[in-house]
Amino acid sequence: MPDKKQDLIDQNLQDLNDDGVDRRGFLKCMAWAGTGLVWTMSGGVPVSRAFAKSADKAAVKGADFTFVQISDSHIGFNKPANPDVTATLQTAINKINAMTDKPDFIIHTGDLSQLSKPSEFDTLDQVLKGASAKQIYFVPGEHDMLSDNGEQFLQRYGKGTKGSGWYSFDQKGVHFVGLVNVANLKAGGMGSLGHEQLEWLEDDLKGRSASTPIVLFAHIPLWTIYPEWGWGTDDSEQALSYVKRFGSVTVLNGHIHQIMQKVEGKVSFHTAMSTAFPQPAPGTAPSAGPMKVPANQLQNVLGITDVNYLVSGRSLAVVDSPLGASGSPASANAGGPGSI
Amino acid sequence: MSTKDAWIAGVAVPVMITVLLLFAGSRSVKAADQPSAANAEVKIDNFVFGPQTITVPTGTTVTWTNKDDIPHTVVSIDGVFKSKVRDTDEQFSYKFDKTGTYSYYCSVHPKMTGKVVVQ
Repeated sequence: MPDKKQDLIDQNLQDLNDDGVDRRGFLKCMAWAGTGLVWTMSGGVPVSRAFAKSADKAAVKGADFTFVQISDSHIGFNKPANPDVTATLQTAINKINAMTDKPDFIIHTGDLSQLSKPSEFDTLDQVLKGASAKQIYFVPGEHDMLSDNGEQFLQRYGKGTKGSGWYSFDQKGVHFVGLVNVANLKAGGMGSLGHEQLEWLEDDLKGRSASTPIVLFAHIPLWTIYPEWGWGTDDSEQALSYVKRFGSVTVLNGHIHQIMQKVEGKVSFHTAMSTAFPQPAPGTAPSAGPMKVPANQLQNVLGITDVNYLVSGRSLAVVDSPLGASGSPASANAGGPGSI
Repeated sequence: MSTKDAWIAGVAVPVMITVLLLFAGSRSVKAADQPSAANAEVKIDNFVFGPQTITVPTGTTVTWTNKDDIPHTVVSIDGVFKSKVRDTDEQFSYKFDKTGTYSYYCSVHPKMTGKVVVQ
């Protein structure tokens, strides 16, 4: 594929022993193929090396299943940073439909809409209807809970979920948990899961084998990226304490409209690009508001995240692809060697 | 001092003062006393309430205007006032009739906090 080189690759290969527990802490990570840079992490020491295209292919080919994460579609946003967010979401869906390895499902990590308006949700539904993957899992962003404490979101996208919309499901041996950290936010705080949800999570994970790969997904990052902008979740540490015993944990978030990643022990954290507009890197602008880039570069800073899981290779690969097929990605802050 | 003057000093004045004191607590007298206590503005810009603390006399109507490309809310922490979601250039106003310190925040971006001090 000609655009493969442009892809941002963040590939986490987690080496599990037979019992599923990562004893040696051996972890390989490759990231930022857009700049030709790949980093490998072994025993906690990040090492960068030139990106090898074949390595990426080998990891992705023959995946036992694949899913795609999209995030922050903000349908209804019409400001200069992107006057047509419906069109860019459509481009994202087209890109998903064109994938050779058809995804089993799609995860949307929140901020479906800009203002929680019924018409915005209608437009979103219309676009998502065209996706080849029919199963779509959602968690709300703060923009989806604006007028009615998320009632409408729950009715449309959260049937059968608990509380403000949390739930779990299994796919070919992988346990997925969708969490809500945008409800009942407290003054001065960041994202919040709340006592009830934390109790549910503890209970949900209890009794599962430590070799079960776990994928947690929520809107606001479950790790503190930049508290000054509220980019974190106040009680995420408690949630993460429940997954510590598992051999492979992947945390997928949105909210910050750019790729960020971190690996901590057996837990790898990853945030996705938006399909609507980019936001500045932490502290590089007066605020976290929408970032205006030249129109011809917009598609390089919007994108989708493709996750491949290999049961036999006991690995999970996360591949970020900008919507644009050409031009070099602009959000160069994504997990370079220094980001760990 | 004539008898009439003595009456005014001894009875009428205290009665008038008492009457004035009784009315002092009511809204109508206060509003008339402070015609300058009209309006104050708070701008929401770059995810910040500006000024972050605003001090106003009682009876002031404070108006918040959202200058960001992102919607915000203005929500009193003690439940005194709560705006609907305010998109770009939309406003929210609240009239402060009682003295006190009113802390508020944006329920969408809770890191954004502000205070209205009513004197």
